[in-house]
Amino acid sequence: MLTNLLKESGPREVFCGLTSIVWLHRRMPDAFFLVVGSRTCAHLIQSAAGVMIFAEPRFGTAILSERDLAGLADAQEELDRVARDLLQRRPEIRTLFLVGSCPSEVIKLDLARAAERLNASLSGRVRVVNYSGSGIETTFTQGEDGALAALVPTLPARDEPQLLLVGTLAHAVEDRLITLFQRMGIATVRSFPPRLSTDCPPVGRGTRMLLCQPYLSDTSRELQARGAELIRAPYPLGAEGSRLWMEAAARAWGIDEPIIRATLDPLSARARQALEPHRQRLQGKRIFLLPDSQLELPLARFLHRECGMALVEVGTPYLHRDLMEEELKLLPADTRVVEGQHVEQQLDRVRQAHPDLVVCGMGLANPLEAEGIATKWSIELVFSPIHGIDQAGDLAELFSRPLVRHGALAFA
Amino acid sequence: MDLTLWTYEGPPHVGAMRIAASMEGVHFVLHAPQGDTYADLLFTMIERRDRRPPVTYTTFQARDLSGDTAELVKRHVREAVDRFQPDALLVGESCTAELIQDQPGALAAGMGLELPVVSLELPAYSKKENWGAAETLYQLVRGLLQHLRPGSTDHDPCAWRRQERRPRVNLIGPSLLGFRCRDDVLEIRRLLEAHGIEVNAVVPLAARVTDVERLPLADANVCLVPEVAEPCCTWLERHFGQPFTRTVPIGIGATTDFLKELHSLLGLEAPDPREAQRQSRLPWYAASVDSTYLTGKRVFIFGDGSHALAAARIAQQELGFTVVGLGTYSREMARPVRAAARELGLEALITDDYLSVEAAMADAAPELVLGTQMERHSAKRLGIPCAVISTPMHVQDVPARYAPQMGWEGANVIFDSWVHPLMMGLEEHLIGMFRHDFEFVDDQPSHLGHLGSADTAKPSGSDFDAAGSEPDPAANLNVELQWTRDGEAELKKIPFFVRGKVKRNTECFARQQGKYQIDSETLYDAKAHFNT
Repeated sequence: MLTNLLKESGPREVFCGLTSIVWLHRRMPDAFFLVVGSRTCAHLIQSAAGVMIFAEPRFGTAILSERDLAGLADAQEELDRVARDLLQRRPEIRTLFLVGSCPSEVIKLDLARAAERLNASLSGRVRVVNYSGSGIETTFTQGEDGALAALVPTLPARDEPQLLLVGTLAHAVEDRLITLFQRMGIATVRSFPPRLSTDCPPVGRGTRMLLCQPYLSDTSRELQARGAELIRAPYPLGAEGSRLWMEAAARAWGIDEPIIRATLDPLSARARQALEPHRQRLQGKRIFLLPDSQLELPLARFLHRECGMALVEVGTPYLHRDLMEEELKLLPADTRVVEGQHVEQQLDRVRQAHPDLVVCGMGLANPLEAEGIATKWSIELVFSPIHGIDQAGDLAELFSRPLVRHGALAFA
Repeated sequence: MDLTLWTYEGPPHVGAMRIAASMEGVHFVLHAPQGDTYADLLFTMIERRDRRPPVTYTTFQARDLSGDTAELVKRHVREAVDRFQPDALLVGESCTAELIQDQPGALAAGMGLELPVVSLELPAYSKKENWGAAETLYQLVRGLLQHLRPGSTDHDPCAWRRQERRPRVNLIGPSLLGFRCRDDVLEIRRLLEAHGIEVNAVVPLAARVTDVERLPLADANVCLVPEVAEPCCTWLERHFGQPFTRTVPIGIGATTDFLKELHSLLGLEAPDPREAQRQSRLPWYAASVDSTYLTGKRVFIFGDGSHALAAARIAQQELGFTVVGLGTYSREMARPVRAAARELGLEALITDDYLSVEAAMADAAPELVLGTQMERHSAKRLGIPCAVISTPMHVQDVPARYAPQMGWEGANVIFDSWVHPLMMGLEEHLIGMFRHDFEFVDDQPSHLGHLGSADTAKPSGSDFDAAGSEPDPAANLNVELQWTRDGEAELKKIPFFVRGKVKRNTECFARQQGKYQIDSETLYDAKAHFNT
């Protein structure tokens, strides 16, 4: 187990949970995410999402004004009005997420009550659920955990055997994984979140689930409370992690080893081939991961074991030991893992170590580039289809590209 | 509570960050939760800056709220001062911190720090970004200068003559995340130097605290970006008697007026009115024969106050366009924009709801949109060419090349960037002349991409409804209109870049007439109707 595990506290530079909306709204196009918050919240998702690329985004903000702060009863009425206006303008919406923010949490605006009331008055036409994406409670990817956990109570109950893949995946990756599971003999494979918010998978005692993302602790707990069983495995990043992840499910289904090997061996061989050119570029290079998406530990494991990179420091916004157990086992025992952040002190360490590559949030990337340190936006890793054995080469390419680019430029 | 899908301005503390980040040696401690740190990327990504904005966030969390957040503020203030050793410290709070009422400014002021501390009140639930920038600049300047003896009674803007030196002015307002400010400052410097006027200080862009302290040495102030500079210029006038210019030098007429105004403030002889013709290409390019096609082109303008006003004047007077819509999201500038619109026979659109801007745009059916990045998107959907004239900023609005908006070169840049999205004059004529030739492929790709073609020039039904356009209660909107084969053939003869508009006008006309079928005659009737 790791010996070099540290905690740091101080000023942080991590997105808040509202940012998850940016990929969730694309996953479920019949859903709308209504942030109940301030102008800052609206500006945040617009800036973080480059929202201007969407003509009519499936998220918006109900901006609190001084009038709303004066009396809370008033704010509840206002919220009803805004929700109604919105649903009138966007009749195609089937699920409305009321998303709590820092200001709505601080003034204790009761979104659960608002959701209940709206559900009653909309009488089943639109389902309204609520969760918090506030920056005082959640970081970045935790927003997805909140949104999914809020959906769990709406899932139908059924005890039939099924494999449930939990966490947002790119469509193509999802299709591929389902095909592979079925090839091994797992007949019923479903995903949560679904591609349509109205197409929710059932859950019950026959459900065994694999987490596709490591940040889904609340969701996983809620699903377990509904009877689902969690299959423990590393996360499906890289050829090795993905294989262990798939094998864990196959074994839970009692599938014969020869079938597992026959299905996965060719994939592993192909992945090795795809990884090779990137491995050559990345081998021996030193990487520093700043805390952001919670993918840092699985990525560090992949970069070290499959790409031969040296891990200078692996930051993580918070460490959920239970869900990360399988990952921690695969990291070198002396890996410096830092939970939390003091961004200034951490950047001092970055400068001191002068790594070859830093994985960081968007606000820090250019300043580090200007200091001569190659960077990779961590948000890109949340958006890109990187899960599964077949994607291992693409995943490695995301890290080798900045180095290739640094080598390619010459101005002398 | 207002529903917003997209916002033109950020919160006021982002305005404060713009001032801090524009300057050297000023640090900002912002009492804010961790999510608010997103604002850093506005500077490091949109402005492509090579360093982080000088902002320390307290990034308090829920568990801190039960403890002592005041102590947290003080710890961060102390750390920031030790680490960055700024010449001046700004202290403020974001929307969430405002609710917990820690009063970080008062806390910092009570810490006995040996540097100027400016406490900012940024009411996040009633004000916006530009207001925050203006307030911060004003508070900072006032905080650094108010101890100086006011000289309002004896300030003489013509003192330079007596003191046998060149007149000097301050340029006030250019900041990061301001539209083309970096290049505008260079251009205005060049312009003033050509007239023998020195620039004493530029604030806040690249200014140090010592530059702020030198502000009173100038004979007059140039209020370059009124959205950011006006409260500051007004205070400098009240406190030190420094007069300031009101004209924003964007466009030929405005630059000429600006020079006239500044020369008169400084007691200089009026500049040569023919300077514009000699220094800028816009007047000749606009007068050249190729520009004939610009005559009466219908333009729709929306942006911040100064840029929208400037655009209206340039469009109408300097390019010969017809302005069919004018509006701004800067409520602070509503009055002058309303007045300018009235002069053009229009009613100004004052709103920060981009959907109503889109609806107004669709309604006005312009041939060119001059707007923000959001109008660029709306225009793209409507198949209308667009040029961006104003904030909010996009990485595209920070070009590598020199591209000012102000002064003579700014006018050249504007000519190019507004005219290029339109089809050029000779090209437009040739397409008109040759469109019956067999070589002419009807849906050939244009600069508008696929959107220029007939099928998409009309906004699709659902998009249009989503835009919230007001249905005309008199029109039989629910009835499906039918184009006859003959009508469609006639419609196809109309060049694709106006076909969408003609189609829409004709359909509107048909509905008014209670017609359900549109043939070539209806089309010509409509044409006659709309031409009158």
